[in-house]
Amino acid sequence: MKIILKNINVIHPEQKINVKNVDILLTDGIISKIGKLSKEELNDAEVIDLTDKIVVPGFFDMHVHLREPGREDEETVITGCNSAANGGFTGIACMPNTEPAIDSAEVVEFIRKHASNHLVEIQVIAAATLGRKGEVISPMAELQEAGAVAFSDDGAAIKTAGILKRTLEYSKMFNLPIIEHCEDESLAGGAMNEGINSTMLGLPPIPSIAEDLIVMRDIIVSEYTGGKIHIAHISTKKAVEMVREAKKKGLNVTAEVTPHHFSLSDDAVKTYDTNTKMNPPLRTKKDVEEILKSLKDGTIDCIASDHAPHSLEEKEAEFEHAPNGIIGLETLIGLALTELYHKKILTLEEIIEKISINPRKILNLPIPNFSEGAEANFTILDLNEIWTVDLNRSKSKSKNSPFDKRLLTGKAVAVINKKRMFYQDKFINL
Amino acid sequence: MPLKSRHLLGLEGVPKEDIQLILDTATTFREVLERPIKKVPTLQGKTIVNLFYENSTRTRISFELAEKRLSADSINFAVSSSSVSKGESFKDTIRNIEAMKVDMVVVRHSAAGAPLFLTQICDANIINAGDGIHEHPTQALLDMYSIREKLRKLEGLKVCIVGDIAHSRVALSNIYGLMTMGAEISVCGPLTMIPRYIEDLGVKVIHDIDEAIQENDVLNVLRIQLERKAREYFPSIREYAKYFGITEERLEKNGKDILILHPGPINRGVELSSGVADGLNQIILQQVTNGVAIRMAVLYLLGTLK
Repeated sequence: MKIILKNINVIHPEQKINVKNVDILLTDGIISKIGKLSKEELNDAEVIDLTDKIVVPGFFDMHVHLREPGREDEETVITGCNSAANGGFTGIACMPNTEPAIDSAEVVEFIRKHASNHLVEIQVIAAATLGRKGEVISPMAELQEAGAVAFSDDGAAIKTAGILKRTLEYSKMFNLPIIEHCEDESLAGGAMNEGINSTMLGLPPIPSIAEDLIVMRDIIVSEYTGGKIHIAHISTKKAVEMVREAKKKGLNVTAEVTPHHFSLSDDAVKTYDTNTKMNPPLRTKKDVEEILKSLKDGTIDCIASDHAPHSLEEKEAEFEHAPNGIIGLETLIGLALTELYHKKILTLEEIIEKISINPRKILNLPIPNFSEGAEANFTILDLNEIWTVDLNRSKSKSKNSPFDKRLLTGKAVAVINKKRMFYQDKFINL
Repeated sequence: MPLKSRHLLGLEGVPKEDIQLILDTATTFREVLERPIKKVPTLQGKTIVNLFYENSTRTRISFELAEKRLSADSINFAVSSSSVSKGESFKDTIRNIEAMKVDMVVVRHSAAGAPLFLTQICDANIINAGDGIHEHPTQALLDMYSIREKLRKLEGLKVCIVGDIAHSRVALSNIYGLMTMGAEISVCGPLTMIPRYIEDLGVKVIHDIDEAIQENDVLNVLRIQLERKAREYFPSIREYAKYFGITEERLEKNGKDILILHPGPINRGVELSSGVADGLNQIILQQVTNGVAIRMAVLYLLGTLK
């Protein structure tokens, strides 16, 4: 099948491509030509007019919770992939805190096989320790052979510095990163960030140092072992400052931030809306300011959603008892474009780096290639479309998000990958 | 003049006129409580549910009595534990209760924000009888009433709240209410029991009990919750009693006439020495009577809102 993406702009910062108003000819999902097409080339091709839209290397969300196996009522591999496609992603990496945890080659294969026919490429992050218990390191060699791209006990930090040291040493053999949810267990357990708001709301506090201490520990252990550490959902000013210092020293440390941590502060909790409850919690305005600064200066490498589906029944509970987390696959790009691009915090090139290039580099994955002959892996953006988030139209099985009804500017209008296209709410085989 | 809100969820943001109105209305009911027949027909035909997710004999009895004195029909609904362990969700419970066509719900819950959640899923007037470590507005109102009764004013008074501020719902309501009425507030206790950033509310932090006695007109002494996890926040009861307990010697040494309140029940020999506790019996029992009057006032003002 021949498809022509007409009158489109193309940006690929890694390949130094930035051209305006060209056509892209795809033959069976392969890039045949980027440029102006002749009359003959236009023959018997399906033409999609994409004037003013932008083709960028397919976006990748490196922090997604699929609830399969275990809580298929909240999300399955397939609904998660559908949500990702609808949100503008051609790839995601899923976290291992399922039931059972992803700590064996069988579970890695089970998930990868499940999504093998989907447009969205699924990569698996396996548990760093057996059952995510922090006691025995997981069979990393076998896991990576089955396709795991990183290791993490996400949901909690790796329990002790001793085990962390071992996982960093062992994973170094495969050059795969350890992804850390940084939270000191002895300071954890609260419901929101410690500050004037937690005092006024009477909610049990989580001090920011719970995160800072583990970030510090992890940087030190990573420096000592030379292993790769990736800080998930960084949220505090101090943690960001430590990562900045570590990078200056040239250490193997990278970091990601979620859209909610750059677009909301703990003021959002004032309504006791359980959709503002997540871990790490929403922090203060000062933390948000530092995060914006560090997105710009490169301290934060990527933006990831920490998509965490929860059933309505579980979220409709008392704030203290509600589970942590929100869905985010379908609001990430809109929030990044609204809060970062349109507010002139980041350029479009920088946004592409943080949502497409850098996550793949961290996970040692190939970066979409825009050369003729390569398989198309595209996200197509409309930077200026103004739209309202409507959770009822979300492809996720869960609806837990504080961004419902939020007005955003900019979204992904289509994705193309693995010889398939998702456009106008439909999957099309190319 | 009616109240500005149809619920009483806390004292944060409640305007001075409303607090004044509740206190003044309570004065009227206080007088009713002295009559031989202590019942008025004001809320006849109204149904009130006392929804208690946490044990609280005193507060529940006080509300129940207030409801009966106002001739309302009241039902007690006690749930021994939170929804999490119980199976039925909080929301389902509320829907069930609402289906019984109730007019008002008095709610006590271990989780902060539960009363606000109730207002979103249920049509009744909601009265917070204590939510987690957030607010306990009727307790603060009765404290304010008792202070006003004794000292004839609230404005300009210096009031110190003593004890475990971080795990107290009484403290926050007292701070909001008393500050709105123009009092100066400080808190005194071990720093492990003082929430961070509380100064941002305009509250002074003291950790020397003698200084607290010296500088204030009123001490509102909170009960140290020996049975709760608050116990982990100080080294020993002995040490607490020694450095933060109020004793006759301390009061004598500071040579000062000071009004001491306590929401009860007292841990004798911990936050108050037995001697001080005995000397206070009068006002503590008055606080209990005032509590009924305050709750009658709140129920009446909300229950008769158009």
